[in-house]
Amino acid sequence: MTETIQSEPKVRSHEEMYSFLEIGTKEVFSLMLGRELEAGQESHSQPGTAFAAMVGLAGDICGVVSVRCGQRAAERIAALMLDLPPEKAVEHVSDALGEVANMVAGNFKNKLNGKNDGCMLSLPTVITGADYRFRSLSVESGMELQFSFENMPLIVKLELYGE
Amino acid sequence: MKSVRALIVDDSSVMRKIVERALRQAGVELAELREAGNGAEALAVLAQSGVDLILCDINMPIMDGLEFVKRLKDMKNATGVPVVMITTEGSESHVVQALSMGAKGYIRKPFTPDQVKEHILPLLQA
Repeated sequence: MTETIQSEPKVRSHEEMYSFLEIGTKEVFSLMLGRELEAGQESHSQPGTAFAAMVGLAGDICGVVSVRCGQRAAERIAALMLDLPPEKAVEHVSDALGEVANMVAGNFKNKLNGKNDGCMLSLPTVITGADYRFRSLSVESGMELQFSFENMPLIVKLELYGE
Repeated sequence: MKSVRALIVDDSSVMRKIVERALRQAGVELAELREAGNGAEALAVLAQSGVDLILCDINMPIMDGLEFVKRLKDMKNATGVPVVMITTEGSESHVVQALSMGAKGYIRKPFTPDQVKEHILPLLQA
């Protein structure tokens, strides 16, 4: 007999999801970059965003996890991930930020679903540039977490789609 | 431990470098390192020559890691080669599926160098 792992999706509160996203993000930076994220300040809400990396979630919950930061923070992330001097890390910035978004979304999803197979991840998409807007359709709810990464603003956002 | 020929399969070049560094930190001496951006590229690499260890992501374009592991069974060069999945896909069904297809280990991202060491070294000493 085949054992089924699928079960009814557990309904999570906004607070639980916020906590999973916050812990999930901090773990990625701690384990993969060796840096602890601090709480960001309100004044950091517009980081002069140069990079936005997005990963879609589809399944028990549907939405988008995005990680946004400025040029200098993105270069620093790539340098730390690759253990390279900043000037050599520049060409890897998009890939590095995409992988950070992928791990943040995956870690969040794993904390949310436990061992259940309730959600799939898309491949990451990275937008570069300061003057852009993106809008997700049918956004039902969401949350924005502001962090300080080596005194530079970094924003992680979860947008959830309705039925 | 003898030096090994490793193949790292991941669509992110950054992650391939991180896995390579984690292998070296774990004390694995790399005689040769080969890289592929997806399962199809990895099969092409293996068609050229064999390796001693394969580390593979799951979520990749063109051919994902589970399909790659499934197709490895038909590859002469991959007979008996340990495959370890390194992925953000942490659900039980992915783990069960990968292991039932022949993967020997499963590491969830984000990971620590110690986790890589724990999963990889026993496979190379076997």
